[in-house]
Amino acid sequence: MTPSRWLLLFGISFLALLSAVSSEPVMAQENPYFVAYDHYLEEPGNLEIEYFSTYGTQRGGNDFHSFWTEFEYGATGWWTAELYLEGQTTFDDSTIFTGFRWENRFRPLKREHFINPVFYVEYENKNGADKIMKEGEGHDVESDFLVSNAEARRERIHEIELKLILSSTFKGWNFTENTLAAKSLSNSPWEFGYALAASRPLALKASAKRCSVCPQNFVAGAEMYGGLGDRHSFGLHDTSHYLAPLLAWNIPSGWTLRISPGFGLNDNSHRFLLRWGVSREINGFGSMVGRLFGGHK
Amino acid sequence: MRATAAALAVCIFFLAASIALAQSRESGKPPAGAAPKYDPAIYEELQKAPEKARKRPNPLENDPDAVAAGAILFEQHCAECHGDSAEGTRKAPSLRVFEVQTATPGALFWLLTNGVVRKKMPVWSKLPEPQRWQLVRYIKSLGGPSRAAESPAPRF
Repeated sequence: MTPSRWLLLFGISFLALLSAVSSEPVMAQENPYFVAYDHYLEEPGNLEIEYFSTYGTQRGGNDFHSFWTEFEYGATGWWTAELYLEGQTTFDDSTIFTGFRWENRFRPLKREHFINPVFYVEYENKNGADKIMKEGEGHDVESDFLVSNAEARRERIHEIELKLILSSTFKGWNFTENTLAAKSLSNSPWEFGYALAASRPLALKASAKRCSVCPQNFVAGAEMYGGLGDRHSFGLHDTSHYLAPLLAWNIPSGWTLRISPGFGLNDNSHRFLLRWGVSREINGFGSMVGRLFGGHK
Repeated sequence: MRATAAALAVCIFFLAASIALAQSRESGKPPAGAAPKYDPAIYEELQKAPEKARKRPNPLENDPDAVAAGAILFEQHCAECHGDSAEGTRKAPSLRVFEVQTATPGALFWLLTNGVVRKKMPVWSKLPEPQRWQLVRYIKSLGGPSRAAESPAPRF
């Protein structure tokens, strides 16, 4: 077994193990976004483990299925840290591990405001076969994905990504706008991108009866994202853009399920992307780890 | 591959460090399950609610289902820190004390909405407004000890 497959196996085993040992799942109140971020951070001490998939069509080449696991931890009330492990299968080609990301989100303001900023800093260590499409940036277009995995994986990418997240909640709606600037640590220019999203629970009042399939447990919305070129050629030419309806189901047992069909908005975009994901929030993970090392019983 | 492994190790180190940081901030507090020591300073954040927010009435004050719905919401989102009966744990204070029970619904709603981010109380504006009011109804329904038993002075 190759080291990359060991890493994937490790990620999946870790997910299963943590789910098994977690005796106190907590109901997450998650928005349905796949690409955009809102201003809500992970609750301090909680760990959210998320698995996501994207199936994408490819004109002139083979369709693909990319997947990633996120470990999202609430370090403090104003800082959330996240580790991603990612891979992909290109049909009639191969399955490979494509890299990892280390993400941090910081909330600078103490209180809730009409517009709430969050700063986002991420380091990516991946190869050129990365297809998770977690953001739209620069001049990324569909034809970039025509390269075979064997060739694409030879390219090593170290990238820093910065985002400014501006998010508002009004009458049950969440509106968020993300502006992205990314810089490969090799000699390439700053690239830019955006994501816009809105969502709302299907019901604003909670039911007085326990239920899983209540409208307040479902959140629906839409997101739009794409690239804005780079420092030398800022704008919409040679960029790809997507629009995707979203649906999330927050189950009281602690699981959240998400699904989103996405549609390319121009000729540079994949025609269709189908995303889905499952996540589980684990209450008091920090305390649990602390007890393993002799903390409070 | 070696560089990738090294970089991944660095990231895992930082993830572990963030867990350790959160854990170290919890040390020195009483163990989970133990009755938390009463500390009126914890409740000072309620006093920071602006006058306008404090005077907001609960629109669900006469909703017969609000307390039952609030109880379920409390169990799902609040009990992990405040305890199953809101009696408090080492993570978060009791909500049965005089300061909370005599606070106006508007002040409690304001605190739920804004959180106390620097002291680990999350922002709960992600719950829709009616659900936050349902939570306020439930919290106010809990009652609690009399002021003479444990609180120094009325502040709200």
